[in-house]
Order: sequence, then C-alpha cells, then structure tokens
Amino acid sequence: MAVVDYNAPQSVQEAVALLSGSDIKTKVMAGGTDLIIQSKSQAVEPLRVVDLKHIAEMMSYSLDDGGLSLGPCMCCAEFTALHDVETLYPGLVEAAYLIGSTQVQGRASIGGNLCNSSPAADTIPALIAIGAKCRIVGAGGERTVAVEDFVTGVGRNCMQSGELLQRILVARPAPGSRDAYLRFIPRTEMDIAVAGAGISVTLDSQGVCTAARVAIGAVAQTALLVASAADALIGTQLDDASVAKAAAAASAAASPITDRRGTIEFRRHIVGVLVKRATLIAKERAQASL
Amino acid sequence: MAKLHITTSINGEATEFLCEPHETLLDVLRNDLQMTGTKEGCGSGDCGACSVTVDGRLTCACLVLGVEAAGREIGTIEGIGGSDKLSVIQEKFLEHAALQCGICTPGLVVSTQALLEQNPNPTEAEARYFLAGNLCRCTGYDKIIRAVLDAAATMRGAA
Ligand SMILES: Cc1cc2nc3c(=O)[nH]c(=O)nc-3n(C[C@H](O)[C@H](O)[C@H](O)COP(=O)(O)OP(=O)(O)OC[C@H]3O[C@@H](n4cnc5c(N)ncnc54)[C@H](O)[C@@H]3O)c2cc1C
Ligand code: FES
Ligand code: FES
Repeated sequence: MAVVDYNAPQSVQEAVALLSGSDIKTKVMAGGTDLIIQSKSQAVEPLRVVDLKHIAEMMSYSLDDGGLSLGPCMCCAEFTALHDVETLYPGLVEAAYLIGSTQVQGRASIGGNLCNSSPAADTIPALIAIGAKCRIVGAGGERTVAVEDFVTGVGRNCMQSGELLQRILVARPAPGSRDAYLRFIPRTEMDIAVAGAGISVTLDSQGVCTAARVAIGAVAQTALLVASAADALIGTQLDDASVAKAAAAASAAASPITDRRGTIEFRRHIVGVLVKRATLIAKERAQASL
Repeated sequence: MAKLHITTSINGEATEFLCEPHETLLDVLRNDLQMTGTKEGCGSGDCGACSVTVDGRLTCACLVLGVEAAGREIGTIEGIGGSDKLSVIQEKFLEHAALQCGICTPGLVVSTQALLEQNPNPTEAEARYFLAGNLCRCTGYDKIIRAVLDAAATMRGAA
C-alpha cells in the first residue's frame, strides 16, 4: 500500500462519508504506528488515508458515574497521564504504557491497537478484562460490540468496510473492583508480548471474590476471555489454591504457536504464571479500593 | 502525483514545503528541507534516531506523514543549541564521551530534552525507561545515562 491520498475530516460523519466514497482502498489512521509501517512494506497497492486525529471526539475522553468513554485515537502518552483513569483502571493504563517506546506512545492509540487486531496487542486482554465495549459507526448507523467479540482472527475484526470505531466504553468499577495487566517479554522494554494476562476482580467487604474476568493474549489467534479461569476465582478469597486453579485453567485454554519468541510449552506455562501474578495484583488493588 | 503544499512551523520558524502523501516527516526533513540532523536508522519506529517533537510531544519522524505537519509545531535537533553554542545536554554528551559514531546522538539529545522538560529530576531507571526507544550500537548506554543525569543536575542547579 502506498499512500496516494490523505484526508483529515473534522467530524465522524465526514469520515464515514469518505470511507465509502472511493474505488481506492481506504483506511482510517489514528497514530499510524501500524498503518504507516504496513503502507511502506507493501508499497504497490494505492492507499487512501483518512486521518481521524482532527476529529475532537476521537481524541477526547470523559469519566463519570457511567464510567469511561474514550476517544479511540487519543495517544497512549496522553492516556497514561490521566490520573483519574489510572485510579479506576490501572490495568488498562499499564497495558497502554507497555506499547513501544516513549516515541511510539506519542502516536499509538488504544483504538489503533484494538483495530489492528494483532494477537499480541497489549491493550486487548486488558480491555476484555474490564468488560470494555466498542461503539462502531458506519453509514448504516451505530452498533456496540464487546471487545472479546470484536476481534475475530489474526489482524481481523468484525468491522465491515465503511465502519469505524467511534468510542471505547467501560463501566465504572465499583469499590472493591480493580484490574491488572502483565505481559512477558524477553527484554525489559520495547518488545512484543510472548504472553499477556488481563484480570479484573471484585471483592465484597469480607474479601470474597464476587466477580472476575480473566483474559489472555498472545497465546491464541485472538485474545481469549477464559470463563473457566474466572469461575475458579469466584466465591473464593483468592487464596493460593484458587489462584493456582485459575492459572491452570488459563494454561489449558491457551492454544499458542511456537516462534522465535517462545515455544508452545513455554507460552502455555508462562500465561498461567502471568494470570496468577496479575490476579494477586488486582486483588491487592481491589482491597485498597474498598 | 500532485504534490501537496504544507504550511507548518519548524523550530519556531514558519516553513512551507511540497510533499507527496506517502512521504514521512523524516523524508521531508532530510530530503526536501535538507535538515539532515534528524537521522534514519530503521524507518520503522524501533531505533529513535529520527526523534522529533510534534506539538511538544516526542515521536518518531518516520511514523508521521509529512502532510500531518500542517498547522503543527515541529521540533528537531536543529532547534537545540547552535553552531556557536551548545545546549547543556549537548555539552554533557561531549564531556562524558556519550557518543562514538554519533548516528544516535541527535535523537538522544531531542529525547533527553523531552525527558527533562517532563521530569527535571529523573532517577536512573526513569531515564533508562524513557530513553529505551533510542538505540545506540556503540556506547553501551552507560555514558549516555551519566551524561543525561549530569545534564539534569546541571539544569536544576541553573534553574
Ligand atoms: C517500535 C514499535 C513498538 C511497538 N510495540 C508494541 C507493543 O509493545 N505492544 C503492542 O500491543 N503494540 C506495539 N506496537 C504496535 C502499535 O504501536 C500499536 O498497535 C498501536 O496501538 C497502534 O495504534 P495507532 O494509533 O498507531 O494505529 P494506526 O496505525 O493508526 O492503525 C492501526 C490499524 O487500526 C485501524 N484503525 C485505527 N483507528 C481506527 C478506528 N478508530 N476505527 C477503525 N479502524 C481504526 C487502522 O486503519 C489500521 O488498520 C509497536 C509498534 C512499533 C512501531
Ligand atoms: S528511523 Fe525512525 S525510529 Fe528508526
Ligand atoms: S554512538 Fe554510534 S549508535 Fe550511538
């Protein structure tokens, strides 16, 4: 893809109109950290770019009693500095903070991470863990899809051509409910996840886990919501035995591949370890929020 | 292909250029504006040699389209120090011998300036994490980090 045309609409309506108005392959752009690289590597096909960063609502957020409503194109550097968001969704903020370098975070967005739909995308398990939803808009109107149903395969998602992601919506966590995200990479910075785990847990005043979501990344074609792992946590005090059961359930649910970053066996093992550790972090945060 | 006429500001100076839609800001700076202080290492966001600021935010010029500069404020290494006067960061890089071949240095100086504007008193770990996207194949980073922390201390003393 070689960029042959650049458009910077000021409104979502204008962007949607641009998406259906051409014979040339058209893609929307947020930070461009995936799209610009992809456009360079397959430089034969002409590409029309619709830059969403001039649309105010795509770049803004709100946080109130209803929860978080995030403009999908806000860059991670701006997002990770939102202290009110970090208090309520520390796991999502830590996932965004893991994307690339300071420079990459100056451009890369959570919406772009989600829409690029890589199996190793860091924010996807973190979004699934907190029950985030995607509001999609197109010429035919709006629809809302849970993140776990949004991604359908490697680099594929449920958006039809002519649609775009308008908003990421997350309910406000109650006191006693918090999230965490951990990934494994062979280095300490600047690498792609070998495995990742996003967890959210809700504790009652007795410390009993009343709700949980466990999502794992980079160990299957898409990030997975693992209900059996959550079931192992619900109704317990998140004691070592229950957390070990959840870890085993996550390892069993994984269907990883072997590549130069890790073998099937290693990924299966390490994703369980990450589930265990992230659960304990989420537990501590949940206790502190009561 | 018709070139696009872009009006922007680079290091505080109003600048105009013509570019094709596929050109990156890095292509524009180096090839069209002859501002070759910004280096190209990888062209894929991995090395940080092309570090610039866009509206004050640190980013890789190879991950920005040239057309996106329209109406923005771009900051490059050419805006730091001058041929007759180096900035504190540049002086400290020299003093600590924090460069060998020098290809990574403009990017590191731009990134260090962004770091110290945001956090005038970074710990070593904070500096290393912030600068993790600036690769250096020569120095082994130790001297770079010493130069950065010394520059920070000097700038705090002067402030
Ligand atoms: C050096 C480097 C390191 C990286 N490290 C990591 C890492 O550690 N972890 C990680 O997960 N990723 C990493 N990435 C990948 C990338 O930065 C992320 O996926 C980023 O979040 C993408 O966001 P963006 O805004 O740049 O997306 P873009 O490149 O603008 O878009 C990506 C895709 O999503 C589509 N899209 C974007 N926004 C919308 C929308 N609102 N509606 C519909 N479609 C949309 C685009 O058409 C495109 O297909 C790295 C990239 C680089 C260059
Ligand atoms: S040339 Fe831009 S990061 Fe390497
Ligand atoms: S001095 Fe040669 S790459 Fe850093």
